[in-house]
Amino acid sequence: MSEGHHKQSFWTKYIWSTDHKVIGIQYGITSLIWLLFGFALMAIMRYQLAFPGSPVPIVGNLLGEGGILPSEMYNSLGAMHGTIMIFLGVVPLAFGAFGNYLVPLQIGAIDMAFPKLNAASYWTYFLGSVIMVTGFFVPGGAANSGWTSYPPLANTATMGQTVWLFGMIMLITSSLLGSVNILVTVIQLRTDGMTWMKLPIFVWTQFITAFLLLLAFPPLEAAGVLQLMDRLVNTSFFMPSGLVVSGEVLQNAGGGSPLLWQHLFWFLAHPEVYVLILPAFGIVTEVIANNTRKPIKGYKSLVYAMIFLGFMSFVVWAHHMYLTGMGTTIGAFFQTTTMIISIPSVVILTALLLSLWGGSIRFNTPMLFALGFLPMFGIGGLTGLPLGLAAADIHLHDTYYVIGHFHYVVAPGTIFALFAGIYYWFPKITGKRTNETLGKLHFFSSFLCMNGVFMPMFVTGLAGVSRRLWDGGESYAHAAGVFQLNELMSISAWLLGIAQLFFIVNMIISLRSKKTGEANPWNATTIDWTDTTSPPLGHGNFEKVPTVYNGPYEYSVPGLKKDFLPQSEKG
Amino acid sequence: MDIPFNVKERPDTGLYNGKLGIWFFLASEVMLFGGLFSAYIFLRNGVDDWPAGTDYLDVPLATLNTLFLISSSVTMVMSWASLKLNDFKKYKLYTLITLLFAIGFLVIKYFEYSAKFAHNPPYLPSTNNFLGIYFTMTGLHVLHIIGGILVIGYFYGPGSKMWNSEPERFTNRIEIVGLYWHFVDLVWIFLFPVLYLL
Amino acid sequence: MTPEEVQHHIKTYVLVFVALAFLTVVTVGISYIDLGVKGGIALGLFVASIKASLVACYFMHLLDEKATIYWTLIATVISFLILIFLPAGAFLAQARIY
Repeated sequence: MSEGHHKQSFWTKYIWSTDHKVIGIQYGITSLIWLLFGFALMAIMRYQLAFPGSPVPIVGNLLGEGGILPSEMYNSLGAMHGTIMIFLGVVPLAFGAFGNYLVPLQIGAIDMAFPKLNAASYWTYFLGSVIMVTGFFVPGGAANSGWTSYPPLANTATMGQTVWLFGMIMLITSSLLGSVNILVTVIQLRTDGMTWMKLPIFVWTQFITAFLLLLAFPPLEAAGVLQLMDRLVNTSFFMPSGLVVSGEVLQNAGGGSPLLWQHLFWFLAHPEVYVLILPAFGIVTEVIANNTRKPIKGYKSLVYAMIFLGFMSFVVWAHHMYLTGMGTTIGAFFQTTTMIISIPSVVILTALLLSLWGGSIRFNTPMLFALGFLPMFGIGGLTGLPLGLAAADIHLHDTYYVIGHFHYVVAPGTIFALFAGIYYWFPKITGKRTNETLGKLHFFSSFLCMNGVFMPMFVTGLAGVSRRLWDGGESYAHAAGVFQLNELMSISAWLLGIAQLFFIVNMIISLRSKKTGEANPWNATTIDWTDTTSPPLGHGNFEKVPTVYNGPYEYSVPGLKKDFLPQSEKG
Repeated sequence: MDIPFNVKERPDTGLYNGKLGIWFFLASEVMLFGGLFSAYIFLRNGVDDWPAGTDYLDVPLATLNTLFLISSSVTMVMSWASLKLNDFKKYKLYTLITLLFAIGFLVIKYFEYSAKFAHNPPYLPSTNNFLGIYFTMTGLHVLHIIGGILVIGYFYGPGSKMWNSEPERFTNRIEIVGLYWHFVDLVWIFLFPVLYLL
Repeated sequence: MTPEEVQHHIKTYVLVFVALAFLTVVTVGISYIDLGVKGGIALGLFVASIKASLVACYFMHLLDEKATIYWTLIATVISFLILIFLPAGAFLAQARIY
């Protein structure tokens, strides 16, 4: 690590690297590929939903008899779409890629606290993701019991479920290693003058996310071990007595509880959704501050709201379980905490919206995605409210309304924020510029198509169309009035896929363009921009490790000639 | 360029990086075993005929195991203290004794498990949920013991070379390993009464 | 810790070891007293907690530790208690038909 400047082999420099920037890029490329793959799975599903029983074009012969998607495979695609998008795509991109690359740069550190552990966490993720996907190649296909893997269905499912469990254990381990690294790095390696209240909001969000991952993931790992035991050595942790499967009584001891899995699963999976949104808040804050040339409104409110959000996220999980017969006392408890947790989200969204007021807004590509994020997250959050109220949830649980709700938060929500981040930090990471025209085309087409896919889901959900139905509700009378919306949603989804070509082409031509050499093209205040080259130095990031004097968003400081005051510049 | 505060403590937190790291890792381990304890409570409350530990388990053997682990904990902290007092020979001695106690724990566990499998009818994890959760919790604990033995063994052997080049960094590493080992002891302190005696 | 402080601590380590061994015997002994299920659990966990506190405070040096560690542990303990008590509470409060 601290060796002289000897020549590193290709393998040491780019593959087994312990440099946080290389590892961040490794996470980034891997996760983007998995996001594309998970999208493709959904694109196949949506053909079946729009035209049930018709042969699927292009990939039909891979699927089944006559090119039609069989229902078991539909279930696999659904379970794997969810698992891949969350655990192989969004979290590794938001936390592994953005977190690893930017946190040391933004706090003035030369690397993460444990570089070798960092490399281990990436390769564990890589291995876990490969294991996950091999599920498609085992007899019976990949896991098909939903990303939620509820017993008894998951316990008695085909081999793919066992592969899923092993994959999850590796992915959880990778996450834990990454969390420890971020937490120690932020606490111990802040440079001189970088006090807690001078940290960029991006770093705060990564820090809180790391805490959530650290404490919430292990119970799911425990549950995964228990489900593996049930499947492999015939224990009955989740299997009640007297179960009959396909006409045969199961030969096991019984006495277990399917609800136990649900509690342990959602204990993670609820904080997990805040893991999905917090990095997005962080990225959007950075981009908005920079492109309004104004300080963020309510820095302290943002910090305290996010800390409160992180804490509350541990006591709301059973709002995913309202219909399990919990009883009204417990239901009322979780309903109350769920209503309370909506408050910090509103505080955060309000602070970001108010930050736009009076700003000199630059409508570049990152800012468009950040601006698009705001109303999309607003819709996602608002549609969560009837779901959080137990009485309304009786009608809406497990319908398309839920799917619409969470996709609004993650897809035109988090993923838009991640695109904002990629366009924003592309010049720093590569030293080159992206094409603005392609970027704007990417944004507007994606924005339109996202709403085309997900807005109708509220309509079909309110009509009562259940989720995870292979025929999209065709065989149900209550779906008759809304069934034709499936075709609209599917076409929007395929157009959304095509719209991503604007992004892919932009990345390719931009990477092949000439370096501009500009260190700080956005005129940003944070030290990742002001004190590093573009790209940053391989060994140690900074020519001279900066000292911090100012807050993170000192834009348009009265009396200053230029409209921004870098954190490391004595004002 | 070296990562700061790897060996010397950072002034405002008073910690070096590895110590903070291992405490965070232990926090996640608390939640891992916590998940299993939560499962135990849930499963036990769900049935009226939960067996007593003594129906299946050997209390005297487990008591001996408990004493083995407690002893290994005190020898582990003594091996760190020896390094602080610059006594490398004592460090080696105490570390060796720690390893012997740990291996002794595994040996007794081997006898416990094989007695159950050899029983007629065999006592397996699938026999009932008490045995299921017993094997899972003690099994996971055993995996942690094995991990600890491997790491402590490494620092007894090839890893101890660092004492000659960077004694303070080596002492910190032993402190970190010790914290992990004490945690493994802590888990057993709760596992023992919960599974065997209650 | 300075070498002098360490010497002083060694005495404490030996005392703690003796206390732990003694409490182990106590744990086994009280399991023979019939206190009912709830009483047995409460007392057993109480003694285990004392032993655990001794290991944590003295062997793991928690008594001398820094604020950052304390805050981490407090957050962990709170999450742990939520994980232990809420699912069990939900289970006990519900109507059971199986």
